[in-house]
Amino acid sequence: MRKYFIKTICLAIFLPLLIMPGLCWADYDYIDIKNPFLRKIPIAIPVFSSLPDSKTKKPALKKASDLLSETLEFTGYFKMLDRGAFLINPDNAPLITPKINFNNWVSIGAELLITGGLSKKKNTIVMELRLFDTFKGKRLVGKKYEGPLGDLRQMIRRFCSEVIYHLTGNRGIFNSKIAFISTGSGNKEIYICDFDGYSPKQFTNNKSINLFPAWSSDLKYIAYTSYLKGKPDIYIKQLKGKHSSVIAQKGINLAPAWVPGRFELAATLSFSGDQEIYLLTGTGKIIKRLTRKWGSDVSPTWSPDGKKIAFVSNRAGSPQIYIKDINSRQVERLTFNGQYNTQPNWSPRGDKIVYCALEKGRNNIFVVDIKSRQPIQLTFDSGDNESPSWSPDGSLIAFSSTREGPSRIYIMTAFGTDQRRLLFLRGEQTNPKWSPNVNNE
Amino acid sequence: MRKNLWIGLVMLFLIPVFLFTVSCAQQEVKDTAEETTTEPEKAPEETATEATKEVTPDTSAEERAIMAARNMFLSEDVYFEFDKSTLDSMSQDILSRKADWMRDNSDVVVSVEGHCDERGTNEYNLALGERRAESVKSFLVDLGIDAYRISTVSYGEERPVDTGHNEEAWAKNRRAHCLIP
Repeated sequence: MRKYFIKTICLAIFLPLLIMPGLCWADYDYIDIKNPFLRKIPIAIPVFSSLPDSKTKKPALKKASDLLSETLEFTGYFKMLDRGAFLINPDNAPLITPKINFNNWVSIGAELLITGGLSKKKNTIVMELRLFDTFKGKRLVGKKYEGPLGDLRQMIRRFCSEVIYHLTGNRGIFNSKIAFISTGSGNKEIYICDFDGYSPKQFTNNKSINLFPAWSSDLKYIAYTSYLKGKPDIYIKQLKGKHSSVIAQKGINLAPAWVPGRFELAATLSFSGDQEIYLLTGTGKIIKRLTRKWGSDVSPTWSPDGKKIAFVSNRAGSPQIYIKDINSRQVERLTFNGQYNTQPNWSPRGDKIVYCALEKGRNNIFVVDIKSRQPIQLTFDSGDNESPSWSPDGSLIAFSSTREGPSRIYIMTAFGTDQRRLLFLRGEQTNPKWSPNVNNE
Repeated sequence: MRKNLWIGLVMLFLIPVFLFTVSCAQQEVKDTAEETTTEPEKAPEETATEATKEVTPDTSAEERAIMAARNMFLSEDVYFEFDKSTLDSMSQDILSRKADWMRDNSDVVVSVEGHCDERGTNEYNLALGERRAESVKSFLVDLGIDAYRISTVSYGEERPVDTGHNEEAWAKNRRAHCLIP
């Protein structure tokens, strides 16, 4: 009797354990927000098929599917499965649910599948893209795009935005850009590229020293410091259009930081004789002074709700990072480790601040959680790593690194993984600034 | 009346020239003093040649001395410790000489540039460079130079004189430099 009793108990414990994972799948959030990069989701993206009414050639099909694969891979959430392992016939893979044999995908470990149908006629394309959950055999997202061939990249990005929105509830980074400084022309000029490094373009061309680009919330203006008139002044320029303003107070005018969602910015001005942070309108008029303590207060960065700023101050003897509540005017110190902590950048998620610490002659990037106040080092033994900037969804960090010798722009996840170079231009690239993500241009 | 005006003009020219000679080496003082007292009309020419900075074989000892003093003013930089904008005793000596020169050349306006080494970050270094330039300005003003004669500019780490990545290069870059705009 006892034997049977024990066996039953064991079964009673084991059976649910076997079934439970299945139960969990039903409620599983595809991407674990706490550390989405710890376990990348295996995704399969076979080469696109030609849509029934066209005979689109292989190169065009491959180009579109590769572009989709690269764009999604950039997010760091996915493990792109090797097409060599696919079980299906690569020519004309089925596109829609009734025709897909999901076992082909589940058995190679793919949890997500994207199929694409492309029709290219002269310079017009029609593209159908579908995202499937292979375990459930269910379509999650389906979109159709039509337009000129030149819009292919934009269509792919729109679809990626839909995919990420479905998986995380956030639209991601696909409409964002990165501004940075490059010396390729012989001077420090500001350049702009897409979030993935595509299509870099020169923004300033004044042959002087240009620094600290900062994006307005609607992506329509860039504020920056320039020595155009022989001293550091702030210029606020439209990206498309001629409207511009200048903040040219006596002394230094530095490092503007736009208030989230408003046409206002914070900047360090020293005309009063002391280097303090002021709040200004987007056209350069001073609204009020934000810091009061004697000493240098520089590098403001706003919390996403616009109620607090983190900034660098040497009021304690060496540069450290402080947080000030704009309304209560209370100031508290954030960094206590190390003697030189600068360049803070507040995550758009509000929970972390990334910054640069100079230790033993080397700059490295650290992240600190606002609540726990524990700093974590993200870069190691790889030259100087500076000026970190969060992606608009708080999932990635752009920064500059001299690990290859000349300074280049790098990207890593919020946890410091997947560090890779963004782009390569003549000269040296520094001070990346990631823009907000605007919904569908 | 005209005579008084003429005497007044002569004095106007004489006094600065006299001050020049005082700041030069002792031996030359006697010669130049004689020259200027006997030929007052030459004084404006001398100040003109000083401005053009030409040194010809015929340049008088006095002119050479003037040039040397000006060159010293322009080339002697003041240096700082890492992350500091305080002036050590050597810097203070250099600045005292600069103040003397500025007193001797009371019509000259000057710009002080503040610079930093490449370590640390651009924003913080721009602020530090300004503190260094202001530190020099305050010292000169305390020695009696009118504040309106001195403007300051910070270049942070943007204009190093030595692009090396070692302490020797960094020490050369942590400086304040005077120039005549």
